[in-house]
Amino acid sequence: MQKRLANWGNYPVVSCEESTFSREDQLQALLDTPSSSLIARGNGRCYGDASLGAHSISTLKYDKVLHFDVAEGIFECQAGITLDQVLDIIVPKGWFLPVTPGTKFITIGGAVASDVHGKNHHVDGAFSNHIIDMEVITSRGPLTCSPHTEADLFWATCGGMGLTGVITRVRFRLKKIATSYIKQRQIKARNLEEVIRLFEEYKHYTYSVAWIDCLQKGDSFGRSILIVGEHAQPEDLSGQQRQAPLQLPEKKKLTVPFNLPSFVLNTLTVKAFNWLYYAKNTKREINNVVSYEPFFYPLDAFLHWNRGYGKAGFVQYQFVLPLEQKDGLVAILQRISSKGWGSFLAVLKVFGKQDSLISFPMEGYTLALDFPVRKGLLPFLDELDALVLQYGGRLYLSKDARMKQEVFWQSYPHVQRFAEIVKQYNHTYRFRSLQSDRLQLTINNE
Amino acid sequence: MPTVLILGAGSDMAVAIARRFAAAKYDIQLAARNTSFLQAQQQDLHIRYGVAASSHAFDALDFNSHAAFYESLEPRPHITICVFGYLGDQELGQTNWQEASRILHTNYTGAVSILNVVANDYAARRQGMIIGISSVAGERGRQSNYLYGSAKAGFTAYLSGLRNRLFHQGVHVMSVQPGFVYTRMTEGLQLPPLLTAQPDDVAQAILKGGASRKNVLYVKWFWRYIMLIIKSIPEFIFKKLKL
Repeated sequence: MQKRLANWGNYPVVSCEESTFSREDQLQALLDTPSSSLIARGNGRCYGDASLGAHSISTLKYDKVLHFDVAEGIFECQAGITLDQVLDIIVPKGWFLPVTPGTKFITIGGAVASDVHGKNHHVDGAFSNHIIDMEVITSRGPLTCSPHTEADLFWATCGGMGLTGVITRVRFRLKKIATSYIKQRQIKARNLEEVIRLFEEYKHYTYSVAWIDCLQKGDSFGRSILIVGEHAQPEDLSGQQRQAPLQLPEKKKLTVPFNLPSFVLNTLTVKAFNWLYYAKNTKREINNVVSYEPFFYPLDAFLHWNRGYGKAGFVQYQFVLPLEQKDGLVAILQRISSKGWGSFLAVLKVFGKQDSLISFPMEGYTLALDFPVRKGLLPFLDELDALVLQYGGRLYLSKDARMKQEVFWQSYPHVQRFAEIVKQYNHTYRFRSLQSDRLQLTINNE
Repeated sequence: MPTVLILGAGSDMAVAIARRFAAAKYDIQLAARNTSFLQAQQQDLHIRYGVAASSHAFDALDFNSHAAFYESLEPRPHITICVFGYLGDQELGQTNWQEASRILHTNYTGAVSILNVVANDYAARRQGMIIGISSVAGERGRQSNYLYGSAKAGFTAYLSGLRNRLFHQGVHVMSVQPGFVYTRMTEGLQLPPLLTAQPDDVAQAILKGGASRKNVLYVKWFWRYIMLIIKSIPEFIFKKLKL
């Protein structure tokens, strides 16, 4: 059916044909139908145009759990299941996702295609690090791949934005937990210098992330809160919590029912929000035990928070710079700060080492912030791109809605190899998205 | 644990119904033509909800097999939910008897054939509940889908008669009128979002409606009134409408 579709940023909004399937034969029938282009789409939580195209295939009904080895912590499922459903199943049995991004409303297929990272990247790597094997329906048919078999396909599929085919089945390892709670520590940092020092000081923590107020200037430039945590042990819990240490958090949801006018998000409200968040901690440091939900998914409590950016939508800008480019981080933040056009949310994280073909993470600093779409935004982001490129960084494809192809080709070191592998498994470029066309990954030059 | 039999278990609506009942700790018997497609669903129900789930081959159009199919179920289901249906192609059915008969036999004759077997067992044992998914399309014939609609009209009448008969044996029969639902069956149709339910809305309503022994369940309440209006349009006007 023809539909107006947009991903989480509500930008761009395009007209797509959308089909669903809940069985292999139905997917096969869709693939056998002649059409020029197809792209798999999960829960639409990437921000830009990665899963949009002329014909998107929704994987959401292909969501069955196939196997759960409770003793060994191995989980096998169809790709359309969302992380919140997986958590409901595994947490009461003492297991957790090995890696989770900041929302639980993404599919496992999406987690693979974006090779998502979490607050534990510096310890556990990205999602691809925990996959045992998976099945991808390529233009050569269904293939099972792993780091050991069809390794090319495996590495081009992790972070490959669906360009090798439709990911249908994934088997991965879980993380053992003793409780569903997180022992959390929040530490205030007066400025960017200090928060970077704190990241180093607290790097032995499994989870770490900083919320950063990117509008401050002078001595307070980059003031932030570093949030670190560990899965709590039973002895960390209160008496009441200890009654049911693996309890799932209560499901309560607030929603933003419609698009708010975008002036809601002017500089003033951004400042107010940032200040509120900062001033909440009157002490320098707070230690407490919280459920995993507010720790990992603070924004999930507000369904459709993306509507807070108005009808025009927003672009989330996430880049990573190599560890030695702290000056670059300062320069880019200063540019953003002086412009004053962002950002409801600015998140800073230090990635650990990762060597993969096309995944986003590399050792260094990653910063993510939102920009409501407005006149002049795209040229401004192009300016930021130039800085990112200059400092040897790159942008996250799952957030991207507008990067120029030359920036992409210059910033991902293995892109040539990636493009060659895509060509092998997607030889007619049937699997293509607006993003892959824009980045000239799926355009025949012959 | 009580057991639910789901006839036509592979559809989007059936998947949602099975999950809701499994979450309420019912064991689930899945029945569909091709059981190889039910394996994943069966695993899924067991892993998610910790209930027993099994798969059974059932072909609604193979009437002669229905008694043996039901006999083979162990245990006998406490609740039987008849979910299968076939929208078909109205225009094709107007000229092609094969299509027309498939629409009629899937939605009406096939359903009657299996539910007769179930009803006789429940009547003899003086227990059980039958839930039949019919359609608002059966409340008045329209040019766009009267083959499907007439079969569902027959099914609705069958269910109300069955309810009347089995009441005296303490067996409850619930008819469900889902209205528009987003499923693969309706994927090609442009449906009005405000009037259209999700499969899980149907599933929740059935679980709740069954528990309170509703007779006729409209998944979204306003469908009762929409159909009341549609039914009250005089025929001399109705026949001129393009519906």
